Parts: sequence; structure tokens; C-alpha cells
Amino acid sequence: MSAVAMHTDGHHHDDHGHHKETFISKYIFSMDHKMISKQFLITGIIMGTIGMLMSLVFRLQLAYPETKFPIFETILGEWGKGGKLDPNFYLALITIHGTIMVFFVLTAGLSGTFSNLLIPLQVGARDMASPFMNMLSYWFFFTSSVIMIWSLFVQGGPASAGWTIYPPLSALPKAIPGSGTGMTLWLVSMIMFIVSSLLGGINYVATVVNMRTKGMKMTRMPLTIWAFTFTAILGILSFPVLFGGSLLLVFDRSFGTSFYLNEIPADLAGGIERVGGSPILFQHLFWFLGHPEVYIILLPALGITSEVIATNARKPIFGYRAMIGSIMAIAILSFIVWGHHMFITGMNPFLGSVFMLGTLIIAVPSAVKTFNYLGTLWQGNLRLNPQMMFAIGLVSFFISGGLTGIFLGNAALDINLHDSYFVVAHFHLVMGSAAIFGMLCGIYHWYPKMFGRTMNESLGHIHFWMTIVSAYCVFFPMHFMGLAGVPRRYYAFTAYDQFNVFVDMNKFITYAAFIGGIAQFIFLFNFFYSMFKGKKAVQNPWESNTLEWTTPVKHLHGNWPGEIPHVYRWPYDYSVPGHETDFIPQTTPDEGQLDPLSEPKHIPAPERKKVTTLEKEEAVLFTVVKRWLGFAQ
Amino acid sequence: MANSATLTTDSKQTWGGGKSPFSVSYGKLMMWIFLLSDAFTFSSLLIAYGFVRFTFTGSLPNSVVKPFAHLSHNFVEEMQKAGMFVTERWPSPELVFNHFPFLHGIHLPLMFVSLMTFILIFSSVTMVLAVEAGHRMAKKEVENYMILTIIGGAAFLGCQAWEWTNFIGEGASLSSNPFGPTAFAALFFIVTGFHGTHVLSGVILNIVIYLNVVNGTYEKRGHYEMVEKVGLYWHFVDLVWVFVFTFFYLI
Repeated sequence: MSAVAMHTDGHHHDDHGHHKETFISKYIFSMDHKMISKQFLITGIIMGTIGMLMSLVFRLQLAYPETKFPIFETILGEWGKGGKLDPNFYLALITIHGTIMVFFVLTAGLSGTFSNLLIPLQVGARDMASPFMNMLSYWFFFTSSVIMIWSLFVQGGPASAGWTIYPPLSALPKAIPGSGTGMTLWLVSMIMFIVSSLLGGINYVATVVNMRTKGMKMTRMPLTIWAFTFTAILGILSFPVLFGGSLLLVFDRSFGTSFYLNEIPADLAGGIERVGGSPILFQHLFWFLGHPEVYIILLPALGITSEVIATNARKPIFGYRAMIGSIMAIAILSFIVWGHHMFITGMNPFLGSVFMLGTLIIAVPSAVKTFNYLGTLWQGNLRLNPQMMFAIGLVSFFISGGLTGIFLGNAALDINLHDSYFVVAHFHLVMGSAAIFGMLCGIYHWYPKMFGRTMNESLGHIHFWMTIVSAYCVFFPMHFMGLAGVPRRYYAFTAYDQFNVFVDMNKFITYAAFIGGIAQFIFLFNFFYSMFKGKKAVQNPWESNTLEWTTPVKHLHGNWPGEIPHVYRWPYDYSVPGHETDFIPQTTPDEGQLDPLSEPKHIPAPERKKVTTLEKEEAVLFTVVKRWLGFAQ
Repeated sequence: MANSATLTTDSKQTWGGGKSPFSVSYGKLMMWIFLLSDAFTFSSLLIAYGFVRFTFTGSLPNSVVKPFAHLSHNFVEEMQKAGMFVTERWPSPELVFNHFPFLHGIHLPLMFVSLMTFILIFSSVTMVLAVEAGHRMAKKEVENYMILTIIGGAAFLGCQAWEWTNFIGEGASLSSNPFGPTAFAALFFIVTGFHGTHVLSGVILNIVIYLNVVNGTYEKRGHYEMVEKVGLYWHFVDLVWVFVFTFFYLI
């Protein structure tokens, strides 16, 4: 309480680090954004491990549908009776694997961790706009995770209608075993999750808009912050629609309404005949969230990659403004393309072509990002540390997974490809693997900032190579299975003669998946070992320009011991000609600037002089255009 | 907790840098962002309403009964026989919501809901006046206008309770509807219920703010921004009602 008295008079804001903290206020109900980000990360890693182990269980089933694994009975009990995986539990596993990975790992685990850690540090704020709401955001997320895990242990098993929970499977408690209590808990958990995401998102946007330090103009923010901001905006605007959709679903399940149900006889639906609804309505509401959700997952990973690639290529990011423009374009377009998940639901073909057009246009900003990454790498002075490898791996996945997106965006091709392994391969590469790589890249890069130590590089390289090779070996063959018509979500393919040719391929994929799983345990070992025994980190281990590396290694509540540093330049001044070091932190004033706090400085000094001496309007205009397109170096 | 309170109120001293873009405090900005998000929640429900509504293509029989006409005791059965209240047809709200307290037996289409709307909009006016008085630091006036706003909100909730009771009394529920398609009643209960929940939380917030005003919290703080923030929420709830009113009662 003495600390409170100290703060109210408003003079001693430098003393944040010194007031007494109990164990509970420091580690559990912490309101410090750095601790909250660690909480998000650890919870995300635990959930990710659970989700990954689930995938290994159903991969075993797919590779050896006839074999009995006594271990299934040991660990799964009734769900693995006699060593055979129960078909209903197979559906439960894929559902919960998808839910955990999409929401708990790649939404909260990724954007919760890095938005919390980096937004205040990189824009130069002492904490989030509302630390209390930030804490609530974590605890809602934690509760939601606990409920989701709890749902694994209830009568009938967890939700089994797929992570998209389409009605009627999700709307009729008697439809399949997982439609009972498990589905109810899924919905409760998801509503908690939406609250958490909203509390977090409001905080992120308010902090970025209102809490930047002096000189940190919008055009001087690192691309990570741009990506996190738009991720938060996407979440703020799309999750409420899932909330509305889930609300109606809860009423359909429990209170006898029929928004999503039609022509269901009374004895199947709790004694009330259900007429007049439409399951398509749920799909519209779900995918209005579901599609932006893909970018909620991907954009933070792309932002992290931009930062890591620029730092480790020792080059300014290629096309800073084009990158911002493409983030904006992706964010806007993501709201108007949800229909491409529903091409075969009987949608009006004209509407289908509208959604197709929007979908294919997304290829443009995506290509801008890809080329800008490649442009940044081009002739760079590459430092191939693990985070850089993961960043380049992300670019690789983004390309190989993105290209199949162009196939799937076509309404006509989708007739053949929908609900096949082609879709599985596509989204696991472009959204799953790419976003996980972004997350791992961020963990390796900001580990020194979070824990004050660095992770082991050799283990990091082993982790990287095993992961990228196994990920490609898992998902690449799936394209061909999908093209041959193998449908997703099936329990065993040996029942179908035409799919028997893929038995060996399924085994191969499972082996690869296990190698990938082992690699993640190497990462987990590295992560927890380095936390206590890793090499002590220096203040700026990667020689990076951004503000977070100006804070002391030991965490302070309030981030900077003294005044918050002022910002004089953009964050990508790497390898500036004529400068003694190959990086210039954002806090370094530049003598050439008339008004260093407001004058935009995106191009190094020699280029600027050239423009002013030419004094021709065309030359200036041309330079402006060049700069906007990202060609000015 | 106490710590965060000081961090959030003492923004100018605590946060070293940066001016506020758009000249808003981050608290007000957060309220705006929340309202934007909430607008999407209501939109999703109203779009679901539109989706269901337009599966019924027949026209609304609007002028079957003249206003102020006598309302017989078995009006609903008569309308069912006349083909106005059948499951294949979306009922005309004018024929469904035609009651007024203490005026039993007279057909008063949408009169009561108009009164409700007037009350809610009038409470918005008093809220504006409270915010304006807050700018002038006129504590007494803020108190008076906040009280009026709270009364308005509570009156609206009371009206809604009466209307729900009446509607349920005639046989409507989430899974049955004597006026036609069950979706009509289900959507009515969910959307007006969701809005009513918002009004209820608004009234509670208003009471909290009112108590703070009376205790002089904002007087000491030097500004009445909290009144303004809760005012934003209150106006939003009003605005949403305008849409709910339009969709459920007018078209």
C-alpha cells in the first residue's frame, strides 16, 4: 500500500521496480504485461503439447487402422478398449485438436504472448492501458482452457462435431456422444475465450493508439506492432459474431428454439419438433469469425517474421509501407471472403463468384509480403540463428501453403477439393505450420527479453531441421491424397478399396509426425532448461534497433528505470552506409534532422540529400512512389 | 488492484511520452472500441433475424384492424382463423403488439412500444445534459440529470417486463408462438432480452456513477469523464434499441 501512496502524487513513476510484491501479485494475479505474456506463453505451450499429442494418437489410428495398441487402453481407458481407438473418440480428438490449436495455441498463445510482451515495450509504454483488464484477459483465457480440458473427462466425451461445430451435430444433445455435456462445455469455454480475447484486444489497440512514447509516430512503429494492432482489430470485430452465433446455438440446444434446425422430429430433439431454421445460418455466422480468425493467427506470425528477418539480415525491411498496406489489405479483405468456406452449401453461384473474387485478391497482399521478405533477405548479411531459420521456414510454408489456397479459392475446383485431405494439407501448411513457426521464431528471438537468458542454438537448429522436414513430410503427401478424393475426418480408410493405395503413405505420414513430435520435445527441453541454466543474456543480444532492447535485462515493473526513451527514427536502420555500427537504435538522434521527433526518416541520409538537390517535382514524385512501393533503400 | 487504479487515473504523470491522438483518453478510446465490438454482436443477432425473416416471403397484412377499434377477447383465435397468425406467414407486429396497460380491449398498434422508445430516448437526453453539466463541474446538476437517466432506464425495463409478461401470457415462448412462426417469438425474446440485459447493466453502471458523483469522487478528480464514458455506453444502448425497434416492430 505504501507503493500506492507513492504513485498517487505522480512524481515517482521511476520507482516501479522497487515496491514490494508478494508471490501472488508477482506470479499469479500479476498486472505486469511481461509476466502476463509469460503466463500466456506457458499456458499456450501446455495446450500445444496436449494438442500435438492428440494428433499423434489419431495419426497412429490412421496409419494402423487394424492394429491394436494396448497403450491406448492404458492411457485412454474406455475410449481405447482392447487397444482399439473408439470411433467416437477419434472424432473427439480431431475436434479438440483443432480447437486447441486454432484458439488456445495460435490465437491466445501467439498473439496473447507477443502482443502483451511487445506492445508496451516496442511503443515505449510502461504497461498496457489497463493492466487490470489485461490480467482479467489472462484469467478468462486460463478458465476457458481449464474448461476445455475438463470437457475431455465428462460423460460422452468432449465435443465431436469438428472444430467448426456445425449444427445439427452440435445443436442436438442426442446426436452423437460428444454432443452432450462435452459440447456444452465447449460452448462455455469458447464464450470465456471470447471475453478474454475482447479484453485483450481492446487493451492492445488502446495502448498502441494512445500510449506511444514521444517521437513514436505510427510510421515509426515496428511491423510487429502493426501486425498485432490489426490482429486485435480483427478479433474485436469478428469474435462478437461467434458470440452471437454461439448464443443462438445455446438456445437451440437447451431452450427448444430452432434457429439452426429444420424438420427434426420431436423425439430426437428434447420433445419439441424443430422446424423453420437453417444450419447454413450458423455456417455464415461461424465463418464470419472463422475466416478473420485465420488472419488473427497468421498476422502476428508475419509481423514477428518481419522483425526477425530484418534484424538478422542486417538490412532495412524491404517496403515498410507496402508491408503496412498489405497488412491492412489482408485485414479488410478477410472480412468479406468467409463464403469461400461454404461454396458447396448450396449458395447462390453468383454469390460464390463474388466470394471467389475477394479470396483470390488476397493473393496480392500476400504476394507483396512474400516478395518483401525475399527482398529483405536478398544480399543481406544473414545471421542464421534459430529464430532466423524459423522465420525463413515461415516464408517457405507461406508460399507452399499459399499457392494451394489459390486452388481452393476457386468455387468450381472446390467441388472436387472440398472436405478432402487437400484442404487439410493447405491449412496445416499455410496457417498451422507457418503460424507455429512464427511463434517459435518469436520465442527464440525474445527469449532473452522474457527470461534473461538465451536458448541453446545447437538444439534450436536440430529442432528447426527436424520440424521443417517432418512438417513437409506430413503435409505434402496429403495434397495428393486429397486430389485423389480421400475425405478428411474419416476414422479408417481401409474400409474403402479405392483408398487402400494410400495405406503406405499414411504410415509414412505418421512416422514423419512422430519425428516432428520428438522435435517438439527437444524444444520443450531447451525452453525449460534454458530458463534456469541457459547462457545469461546481454541487454541487446541480437543488435536490434527496437525499443524493447533498451530496457534492462532484469525486469522492472514500468519497464524503464528512468524516463521512457524518445524515438528519433524508424526501427529498420540496419547497415546504414557510413555509420560505424551496422545498426542504429530508434533512440539515437540523427543530426541531419531538422525536427527529429516528427520528421519522417525512412531513407538513409545519402538518398535524402539526392532528392533535395535535384529539386525537380518529378524526381520527388518518383522517389515518393518508389518509397511507397518499397524500392528506396 | 489499487495499483492499477492509480496507474489508470494518473495517466499524464505515469505515462512518460506521447500525446493522445484524437484528443481522447485511453479509457474513452477503450469504451469506443468495446462499443464497436458490441455493435457486431447485435449485428450478428439482427442478421440472424433478417435471415429467418426473409424465408417468409408473404406480405404483412397491416390494415386488417383499424386503430382504436374494439378488441375482442378471442382476438388471437380470430386472427388465426383469418389466416393472419399462421405458421407459414410472418405476423404483422401491429397485430401482435397492440396492448396498452389499463386500456384493455382497445386495439392500439405499437402504442406501448412507442412510449417505451420515447422513454429510452428521453433518458438519453438527460444523459447528455448530465455530461454537459459535468463539463461545467456542476455537481448538483449532474446528480439530478443522472437520477433522471436512471429513472428513465428503470422505467424502460419495467415497460419491457410488462410487454414480456403480456406476450408470454398470450402463449408465446421460446418454442411456441400462437401468432405464427416460433422463430418470431424466439428471436423477439433473445434480441430484446439481450438488449434488456444491456439496459440493465447500463442502469447499474449509472447508479454506480451516480453514487460516485454524490460522494464527490469526480469533483476531487477534477473531471467528470466517467460520466461521459458511461454516457457513451448509454447512447449506444439507445441506438441499438432504435435498430431493434425498426426491425422487430416497424418492418
